[in-house]
Amino acid sequence: MMGRTIFIDPGRCIGCQACVSACRECDSHRGKSMIHLDYTDTGRSVASLPTVCMHCEDPVAPCAEVCPADAILVTADGVVQQADTSRCIGCANCVNACPFGVPKIDLQAKLQMKCNLCYDRTAYGLAPMCATVCPTGALFYGTLEELQAERPGVQVADSFAFGDVVVSTGVAMVVPADKVRWPVPGGLPVVEVNGVDVR
Amino acid sequence: MTSPLPLDPPLPLDPSIAPPGTRDFRDAGGIPADRWRADQNGETLVPTHCCFCGVQCGMYLRVDRAGKVFGVEPRNHDINRMRLCPKGINAYQQVNHPDRLTAPLMRRSRDEEFAEVSWDEALDFTVSEIRRIQGDHGNDAFGVLGGASLFTEKTYLVGKFARVALRTRHVDYNGRLCMVSAAGANKLSFGIDRAANPFSDILLTDCLLIAGSNVGECFPVMTQYLWGARDRGASLIVVDPRETAIARTADVHVALKPGTDSAFFNAVLHVVVAEGLADEAYLAAHTTGWDEVEKAVRAYPPSRAAAVCGVPEEQIVQVARMFAGADKAMAMHARGIEHHSQGVENCLSVINLCVATGNLGRPGAGYGTLTGQGNGQGGREHGQKSDLLPGGRSITDDEHRRQICRIWGIEESDLPLAGTSMMEMVWQMQRREIRGLIGICNNPFVSLPNYRTVKEGYDTLEFHAQFDFFLSETAAAAHVVLPVTVWAEDEGVMANAEARVIKHNKAQEPPPGVRTDTWVMCEIARRLGHGDTFDFPGSREVFEELRIASAGTVNDYYGITYERLEETGGIAWPCPATDHPGTPRLFEDGRTAHPDGKIHLQVVEWHAPMDPYSEEYPLSLTTGRTVAHFLSGNQTRRLGALVEQTPRPWVEVHPSHGFRDGDPVRVVTRRGSLVLPALVTEAIRPDTVFVPYHWPMPTAANGLTLDALDPRSKIPEYKVCAARIESAAQVTEVPAPPTAPGHEAYPETQASRTDPRPPTSPQGRGTAERG
Repeated sequence: MMGRTIFIDPGRCIGCQACVSACRECDSHRGKSMIHLDYTDTGRSVASLPTVCMHCEDPVAPCAEVCPADAILVTADGVVQQADTSRCIGCANCVNACPFGVPKIDLQAKLQMKCNLCYDRTAYGLAPMCATVCPTGALFYGTLEELQAERPGVQVADSFAFGDVVVSTGVAMVVPADKVRWPVPGGLPVVEVNGVDVR
Repeated sequence: MTSPLPLDPPLPLDPSIAPPGTRDFRDAGGIPADRWRADQNGETLVPTHCCFCGVQCGMYLRVDRAGKVFGVEPRNHDINRMRLCPKGINAYQQVNHPDRLTAPLMRRSRDEEFAEVSWDEALDFTVSEIRRIQGDHGNDAFGVLGGASLFTEKTYLVGKFARVALRTRHVDYNGRLCMVSAAGANKLSFGIDRAANPFSDILLTDCLLIAGSNVGECFPVMTQYLWGARDRGASLIVVDPRETAIARTADVHVALKPGTDSAFFNAVLHVVVAEGLADEAYLAAHTTGWDEVEKAVRAYPPSRAAAVCGVPEEQIVQVARMFAGADKAMAMHARGIEHHSQGVENCLSVINLCVATGNLGRPGAGYGTLTGQGNGQGGREHGQKSDLLPGGRSITDDEHRRQICRIWGIEESDLPLAGTSMMEMVWQMQRREIRGLIGICNNPFVSLPNYRTVKEGYDTLEFHAQFDFFLSETAAAAHVVLPVTVWAEDEGVMANAEARVIKHNKAQEPPPGVRTDTWVMCEIARRLGHGDTFDFPGSREVFEELRIASAGTVNDYYGITYERLEETGGIAWPCPATDHPGTPRLFEDGRTAHPDGKIHLQVVEWHAPMDPYSEEYPLSLTTGRTVAHFLSGNQTRRLGALVEQTPRPWVEVHPSHGFRDGDPVRVVTRRGSLVLPALVTEAIRPDTVFVPYHWPMPTAANGLTLDALDPRSKIPEYKVCAARIESAAQVTEVPAPPTAPGHEAYPETQASRTDPRPPTSPQGRGTAERG
């Protein structure tokens, strides 16, 4: 987990999509939002979940690893940057590699689009736009100590299991304090790669 | 892989080290926007507030070198601590929107098309019609309807314009559809009409009860106070027929049947009394009427309320013990309990509970209503309400009348008597008792109940003018439409849900052809021969008169100046002197604004809703808002991001009815029917359906609702009527927002509007489900 990072707390999320609108205001990708907002329990409740880039640390940035154009750079502070527009070929390898479903492809521009933790803001000490406006603190920016000072007893996870693969991330998720199991199940195991059964 | 983190004991934060809204209740981090290099392109940041709801979040508008508003930047104002909801983030897009009206529109009869005309021509016609109608039928044949999204200065001017320039008794405003039940209850109980505690008190409470308020969608930024209270150990009780975002994780969610609120709260009070949890010492020292209230609630044992409300008996007992057992408890409510033919009683039953448990006038203990419109509080204080004069004075009180006539420089005989409420004025239009109307900042074709009646009333008018910046559905049916400024093109004050007066600043010049509402009202007054009493170059001069007009009243603004507001970030009235700090919390000295200083407790008896259930209409229809839209939608239905988030209305139904998501469902009431896509969810009672109200006919929830009024507040019963649902062939398409002739609603913003699907969840469409 990065020192100063985003913490995602779906328990606080009200699904209002302020993050989605705020992301669209960024001067570097005005009009386009990088945030995914899913309603995860439709038909039963109004529960919702925002997804920003998790800035994977180990293995480092699967999106960058698979990029054939070396367009996705990771800065020394651990932030996985958006694909460099002068290099990106819009092949969508990163989209397929990301375990969290984060990158998108702008089909018209043939370029990848991805959350870069509002590098233009965080580099100047500001919080990312989404975590600045989030009405509920479901997206929180700061250190773990700051989060815990404000929310007594809060527990976070920064490693997620996808089958046998465990991914550690720079961004962390708040998890139920009484249900901490490390690592947190991240999704279904990978059963097939390129037609080959890898189980 | 990271190793497990040590488990911290979940101790609540000590409020003494985390005082409200100041230190450890931190913003999202980083340096304030105005010290960032947001000025890198030569832009300026104008500090102001949002135009939408009663929270009144602070924001910066970004203004480019050409002086045009082009963006928004979070502002670390202590109301919102940089946070904004999707409406607030997109609000700035209205300012230079292609749909803006930039020339007066006029036609002499409704058969003609609108034509763009000069201001002189539009105002001459308006004035000649006022003269003709008042000459033929008397002054009261011409009415004025204002709005609570106007700055307080303008709401003051609406009342003065009606009474002094038009000399008509018929003036009212759209807060009649919003705040009046709470206002009525506040006046009866406390003699002062505002929330008793500031938002920051929520962080200090041990038990927070929210009744009839979908806070997460209607006041999203307030949610941080709710979650902050829970972080500090408070319990949360939510009373709502729907499992809203705040109800989902609440400690107790009371999913009662619509229209049964006062039965529930009476039963809670019954348990409080029966279990000896009432604060008898507080009641003896500070109240009148307790004996009668105590006697009345004896008739509401939990078994009776459980049957009426459709909730478990144990839940009523549980709520009573949680609320009365807390050291400090707070109750807040909104339209969910106020929009009823017993709206005032519902609010009174909540007040009775707070007072009986001694929860008033202390940090973290108290009561409040969440105002729906930006100026829902300020808009009801200074005289645009049919029975009120500035400073919350009564128009039927001789002394109050004398005071205002002195300030306005008019003869007392020239000051009209009390008028009627907004819905009653529509009925009077139908009966031709009101033949001419000026509407300012409202859209009753979407916002008033029982559309057919409303349309008939307005269509019967001989002359109808509307002020607006976009052509609303109501304005589209008028004779004259006068293009006025958006909030960012003028300055003025609003009072938020805490009764904190805050200052909006002007960020850009209005487009050519657009005037301020202040200029238009003063110009009509001047043409009617009242120029001497309407000599106001701008809001500042109106505010100076308002300060004087409110001095010494309950709603005292005398000590509030524009300069002080800019220095402090807001001052809660009453503020009688320029060195007075304002009054964030009421009743700290144990005294109310009644002459005896006591809280006047009122007996409440529950009665069934006005629209009876039958075999034909077995369900309850309830209406409300969704997070991406605001009120009648005239603003938000034109903002692309918000249309994309929630393109259309839907009907929310329980799975037991057998529909699937997206099925066309006809919702039928005794007033009419609509075909909407079903959003099927277990998060609503099986006997209740919900339709959001922001869209016009033929997809308007208010085509279904009932124009029954609370006898005291005259608020319509939007929140419950009898309905049935049946399958239908095809979902009705949402019409495009009206525009001036020769214009088309900005197509880029309307791309998703015609999609027939319901949203993924009541908050809108998930980002994966967009086209």
